[in-house]
Amino acid sequence: MAETLLDAKGLNCPLPILRAKKALKDVAMGESLRILATDPGSVADFAAFCRTTGNELVETKQDGSTYQFLIKRTA
Amino acid sequence: MGEAGNANAKKMTIIVTKGTLDWAYPPFILATTAAAMGADVTMFFTFYGLPLLLKKLDLEVSPLGNPAMKMPMMGMHMGMPNLIGMLPGVTAGATAMMKNMIAKKGVASIEELREAAIESDVNMIACQMTMDLFEYKLEDMISGPTLGGAATWMEHAAKSDINLYI
Repeated sequence: MAETLLDAKGLNCPLPILRAKKALKDVAMGESLRILATDPGSVADFAAFCRTTGNELVETKQDGSTYQFLIKRTA
Repeated sequence: MGEAGNANAKKMTIIVTKGTLDWAYPPFILATTAAAMGADVTMFFTFYGLPLLLKKLDLEVSPLGNPAMKMPMMGMHMGMPNLIGMLPGVTAGATAMMKNMIAKKGVASIEELREAAIESDVNMIACQMTMDLFEYKLEDMISGPTLGGAATWMEHAAKSDINLYI
């Protein structure tokens, strides 16, 4: 499964979501987008974003002060 | 992906009435985020919100009469007495400080958010009456926004799931 990487570290709301939305446009159905972010609000935001847009939030993890989200394009 | 234009997409209108640097954020953040989540968004810029459509943005923020504005300074949150806020240069200083904090914390500029709104096809309407009242010219505005009045907004609002007044 091909994966695109989006580095949204250092960006504050709503930029992680806006950048992810833009990046997802170029991700083929079934492929994934991995997002790195430092905004703690992005944890709840990406879950909400995926629920609302119908994309699958495959994985959320935290590595120090960096959060990682893996979104599979399913919508 | 629940794209706007899809019959099931949520619709949202935002009436934008304020134009200071701080108040410019809520409407643009909400509009761009909603659009990113598939909503069909209309922003109606009226009164002091209308200058947010000017080609050249020169937004300011003032602590004067703004007792809730307590900014992180010297390890605590500090406000400014109104008497000081009235002095020449304080508005410019507060504006510079705010822009500095915004850049440092990785928050988008209003220009960037406005650009994102345009790219996501957010429908922007400039209040015709306010244009006349404050003598703004369409050539001074960014291209894209259409002109309309209260009835134009009302038609959108009546079909909207979410209507906000900011």
